[in-house]
Order: sequence, then C-alpha cells, then structure tokens
Amino acid sequence: MSEIWAGIAEAFRLIWSLDEDLIDITIRSLKVSLTALFIACTLALPFGTWLAIRRFRYRRFAIAALNALMGLPPVVVGLIVYLLLSRSGPFGVMGLLFTPTAMIMAQVIIITPLIASITHQAMRELWSEYHDLLISFNTTKQQRISALIWDGRRTLMTAALAGFGRAIGEVGAIMIVGGNIDQVTRVLTTAIALETGKGDFALALGLGFILIALSLVVNLTIHTLSRTEREGRW
Amino acid sequence: MRQYMSVCLQDVVVERRGKTVLGPMTLELSDAGFTMVLGPNGAGKTTLLKVLHGVERVSSGSVSWSVPSQTAREGQAYVFQSPIMLRRSVRANLAYPLQLLGLDKADISERVTKWAARIGLSAALDFPAPRLSGGEQQKLALARALIRRPNTLFLDEPCANLDGRSVREIEEILREAVQAGTQIIMTTHDLGQARRLADRVVFVNKGQIEEQAPATAFFNAASSLGASAFLNGDIVE
Repeated sequence: MSEIWAGIAEAFRLIWSLDEDLIDITIRSLKVSLTALFIACTLALPFGTWLAIRRFRYRRFAIAALNALMGLPPVVVGLIVYLLLSRSGPFGVMGLLFTPTAMIMAQVIIITPLIASITHQAMRELWSEYHDLLISFNTTKQQRISALIWDGRRTLMTAALAGFGRAIGEVGAIMIVGGNIDQVTRVLTTAIALETGKGDFALALGLGFILIALSLVVNLTIHTLSRTEREGRW
Repeated sequence: MRQYMSVCLQDVVVERRGKTVLGPMTLELSDAGFTMVLGPNGAGKTTLLKVLHGVERVSSGSVSWSVPSQTAREGQAYVFQSPIMLRRSVRANLAYPLQLLGLDKADISERVTKWAARIGLSAALDFPAPRLSGGEQQKLALARALIRRPNTLFLDEPCANLDGRSVREIEEILREAVQAGTQIIMTTHDLGQARRLADRVVFVNKGQIEEQAPATAFFNAASSLGASAFLNGDIVE
C-alpha cells in the first residue's frame, strides 16, 4: 500500500518539478501515438466507410477478417515489424529499426483494424439511413464516402479515441521494435516496464499515473472540441 | 426553354426474393404537368416511381428516357415517403444538392435563402434538420429536391401525415414548379389531392397498370373495375 502512496507522491513531485526526462518521455509518447493515430485514421476511416457502402463478393469474409485483426497481439506485430526492418530483412537498408518511425509503423498496424472496424459499424448504420437519398442525388462513390464521414464525424471520433487508447497504452510491439533506448525510443509504457523490472515501483507508478492522466486529458479535450454530449444525436 | 423528358417502360418486371412486385408493365409518359399514380397499398406505386427514377433494379425489361441517361438522372429529383434528413443544419441540407453540382457559393446561398423563405424555415436555417417536426422535414425535403430546378420531380406521398395548412402550402409550391416547367410524377392516398392536382392518372393494382387516363376522364368515369371501386371508396384488394 505504501508503494502506491509513494508512487502518487513521486508522480506529483515529477510533474511539479517539471522533470526533464519525464517531459521528454511524455512528449515522445504523444508524438509516436498521435502520429500513428493520424496515419491510421487516414487509412481506416475511408476504408471502413468504403466497406460499409460497397457490396462485393468476399465482403463478409473481409469484415470477419477485419474484426479478427482487431485482436492482433501487439507482440507478434512487433516481431513481424522487427523482422521486416532488421538488417537482414527486406527493409533493413533503410535503417529504421530502433527508431520512433519503427514504433509508429508497429502502432499503425495495431490500431488501423480497430479504427476501421468501429468505423464500419458506425457507417453501416448511417449508410442505411442515407442510402436512398445519396443514390437519388446521383452522387459518386467518393462524394458518398465524404458525406458519410462528415456527417458521422462524432462517431468516428469515438473510433479514433479507441485507437488512441490502444496506441498510447501499448508496450509489447514498441518495446521490440523501439528497443526502449533512453532519449531515443523510450516512451511512458516502456519506461514503466523498465522501472518495474528494476524494482523502482515509485517511479513506475508515477509514470503510470501520468499515462492515465494523459489519456484522460486527451479524451476530454476531444470531447469538448467535438461537443459530443452537448448536441445530442444528429 | 426547358427540355421535357419523356420516359418509356418496356415490359419492365421487378422481382424481390422470387416474388414479382411490379409488372410486366409497359408505360409511356411524355407530357408535362402532374401525373398521379394511384392505387391501394402494396400495389407497386413506390416501386414504379423508383424504377422511373432509376434507383430500383429492374429484373427484366427496359427503362429509356428521351435524353441520355446521365442527363436524365441529373434532371431528376425524388422526395421519399419518409423524409431523409442529412445530420446537418437546415442550411446545409438545402445547400448539399447544389454543392454536388459545383455551383459557386454566392449562388448557393442566394438560392438557399430564397427556398428557406419559401417553406417558412428562414428562422431555422442553423437548426439541425433531424430535429425539425415531421411536417417541416417534409417541406425541407421538397425544397431540397426543387432547389436544383429538376425537369422531373418524383414525389412519394409528399403530404402523408400533414395537416391542412401544410398540405395547401405544399400544393402551392408544386403548382408553381409545374408552371415553371417541371414534370411531376407523384403518388398519393388522398383522393381529394389527386382531384385537385392531377392532369393524368395512372392506376396501379397488384403490380399492374389497370388504367391510364387523363384526370377528368378518370375521375368522371373510370373504365376499369379496380379503379372505379377505388374511387367509390370500396376496399380494393
């Protein structure tokens, strides 16, 4: 019990003193996860919407596969990205292993199916509502997708938030491809794993509280900006 | 001068899950003015309208317009039985079809203001459309269809669930549209409205056209059994 209190005290001390390492790590965490989120959204939002409006032969299979990919184990993703980027791998020459770029790549792979799947579910509902109207307006496929994304933006925010939550809290993949190198690829989650391993529970807990607080702040900010709860459903 | 589009259905059949819901049907509509599609529930009125509009898949037969199909589609508008509101403001709902045409902003906002005034929603321009009342949604859907100045307007029960005053307003708007040269093809359950507006009537029953006649002839002396029973207020099955 005393460790938890010590953790809270340590967390406050770190934040209060604007600990340089802590700020560095936090900013890196945000940078990696937000970049991954941005890339994943540009892929997943149009793809999920496209999947909702397009009828093709293996659609059912594609949706099942997408839902299965949501549960992709991060460690396995890390392993595969590692193999691809390692010196002997196909992209070894680019020298990306143990860089933030590699971490972003791994996180994109992990959260894209999640965002796409939630997008698909939300868009399917909206599409059944809009279907007749948009067909009647003689819209092109691209116009339909953009109308759905624009009008479903509040639900899509939820999809993005789910993706962000998974990215910022993820440790397995970025540990493998990032290597947890101090000043370079150390982020909140890998730092917590490291401190726990070293037995420095207070610092680990402190970092943990900051991680949770960060998640809360980002969620609240997005909710406030998008006025999710204020305007009801329209 | 506006170009009238005539349409020709040739042996059109629409099947859903192996059941024939419409046809085989051959029909030619070429005049401007009001064409009223009458008939009991489930007769295939809505399906017929959707076939004409080109949003219903035809199992066999052909639908041909007198103009190239792209031009025909661009010149058409459709108001659905239950109005579909985009989850946007009234203003954005009115502007959307014009944005699709790629008009410039000044033109769009001018037409939007005009039409909002026309349907009495000027004060509600920034109000979310899905939260309007049923009658207001109905009027908004109509304005959104007419704002493109379509050659042909399809209306599926535009006045269902509306009170007398709203019906009068809508009929007024429709008459003006016809005077401006729009061809209107609509279904209705309201025989009074059919008498007030129709120039010609297509009576549909069990997926077939039972009678097609000018309005006066139809209402004075319908020749088919189904139609005369329908006009007499009997239950047509």
